[in-house]
Amino acid sequence: MLSFDRLSKTYADGTRALSAITLDVGRGEIVALLGGSGCGKTTLLRLVAGLDRPSEGAIRLDGEAIAEPRADVGVIFQEPRLFPWLSVAENAGFGLSHLSAAEREGLVSNALVRVGLAGHEKRWPRELSGGQQQRVAIARALVTKPKLLLMDEPFSALDATTRASLHGHLLALWQESRPTVVMVTHDVEEAVTLADRIVVMQPKPGRIFDELDNPLARPRDRLSPAFEATKREALRALDRSLRDEAPHQQKAAETAGMWW
Amino acid sequence: MSVLEIAAAIDEPERRPAAPRRSYGLAIAGFVLPVVLAILWEGLVAAGIANGRLMPPPSVVGRTLWGLAASGELLTHAGATLWRVAAGFGLGALAGTVLGAVTGALPVARSLLDPTLQALRAIPSIAWVPLFILWLGIFEASKVALIAVGVFFPVYLGVAAAIQGIDRKIVEVGRVFRLSRLAMVRRVLLPAILPAWIVALRSGLGLGFMFVVAAEIMGASEGLGYLLVDGQQLGRPDTIIAAIISFAVLGKLADGLLVAITRPFLTWQDTARDKL
Repeated sequence: MLSFDRLSKTYADGTRALSAITLDVGRGEIVALLGGSGCGKTTLLRLVAGLDRPSEGAIRLDGEAIAEPRADVGVIFQEPRLFPWLSVAENAGFGLSHLSAAEREGLVSNALVRVGLAGHEKRWPRELSGGQQQRVAIARALVTKPKLLLMDEPFSALDATTRASLHGHLLALWQESRPTVVMVTHDVEEAVTLADRIVVMQPKPGRIFDELDNPLARPRDRLSPAFEATKREALRALDRSLRDEAPHQQKAAETAGMWW
Repeated sequence: MSVLEIAAAIDEPERRPAAPRRSYGLAIAGFVLPVVLAILWEGLVAAGIANGRLMPPPSVVGRTLWGLAASGELLTHAGATLWRVAAGFGLGALAGTVLGAVTGALPVARSLLDPTLQALRAIPSIAWVPLFILWLGIFEASKVALIAVGVFFPVYLGVAAAIQGIDRKIVEVGRVFRLSRLAMVRRVLLPAILPAWIVALRSGLGLGFMFVVAAEIMGASEGLGYLLVDGQQLGRPDTIIAAIISFAVLGKLADGLLVAITRPFLTWQDTARDKL
């Protein structure tokens, strides 16, 4: 459904952020891109979102090349990025302006219930905690029922408890329409909790190092031995990806994937 | 309100909830110094210890102000001043907003226009007066032009800086939702710069009142600035102080009006959590 075909991205300053990425993602699949900093995870996600253009190769969604943001692709950023002048409900319904007010209200209130924010519709973003703001961002991205959802370390700024509860909220919303999900993370446990497949990436230039299929059925129990085993396997792959990289390159690599 | 009443208000027992009472008490506290000084001066002059000729006591100033108000003169002068400020503020704010938006949004316009405008800004605005009088005559047009120049620069700088300072990350959200150019301006850019724009308008308005005084002192047959000069020439410090007080009241009222008009658009900034 989503395919990367020898995708490369070289920035204007000559930094090779991504090199020859080839990957296929099936419909409804959740793929986690796992890797250390500077391996081009975020760059890859921005290319899929249509926010940047690839230097070589192409990304196709249902056979159509992605060149600009699409209506059927939702994005959740690392930060909530809410509009401070809009209420919680207006933020969540930002992408629904083509609908009537009544339809919009129905969809938004349903989405807010799913992320545990019922009753907060009229509040301003700055009155919410970081975790609540990120939940509004999740609702905003999913309320338009995208075919493809992109997430860039959406929970990395949150504490472990909040993160675990947001994983639950996210999966609840995902169950409704089962979009394809590509998520970037550096948290192995998060990858094992959410993903069907874990793609381990390696920096300088950003490339795919290894792929792991997650054998666990949902709902997943974080405390089960099988979960531990999968987590260990992913950790081992991540370790190997970092070890294979020449030590003197590490510092330069850290800046390579920084698109800002 | 007398000092005793103020003291009573400060020492008022805990009838109200804590937070509002404290802010009420603090607001009142600001009146203590001027009121005490006024009463002191009134008393010194009344007792004959001080001569009130150059610095008339509050009662004399009050009487003069009342006389000006009763004869309708105050209204004429205040009206003339307000009209000039309104016209100059309108022109200056409009030009400042448009040019600020253009230079803030388009790099080409910025490198083309901004250096010239910054150079013009270095000129003290009053220095334009002789030229404006030659170009526009000694009546209203030159005064309004001076005020407009004074209002223009803070608004221009504020708007241009606000547009450049818009969070790129939030604009990106607009891109993800595929907003058209127009929708991006209406739904993201305008709300984002609104608070900074209002601050710029307020400082512009303040400068507008500053320049209306300059314009009216340099030659006018009516207006509060004329009243200042008139008081000086007739040796009437009470008239001068009456005009100064009128300026202060008008300036505060105009600013308050601007704040009141724009407040509904900024409720998102003014949350309950902020006030606590």
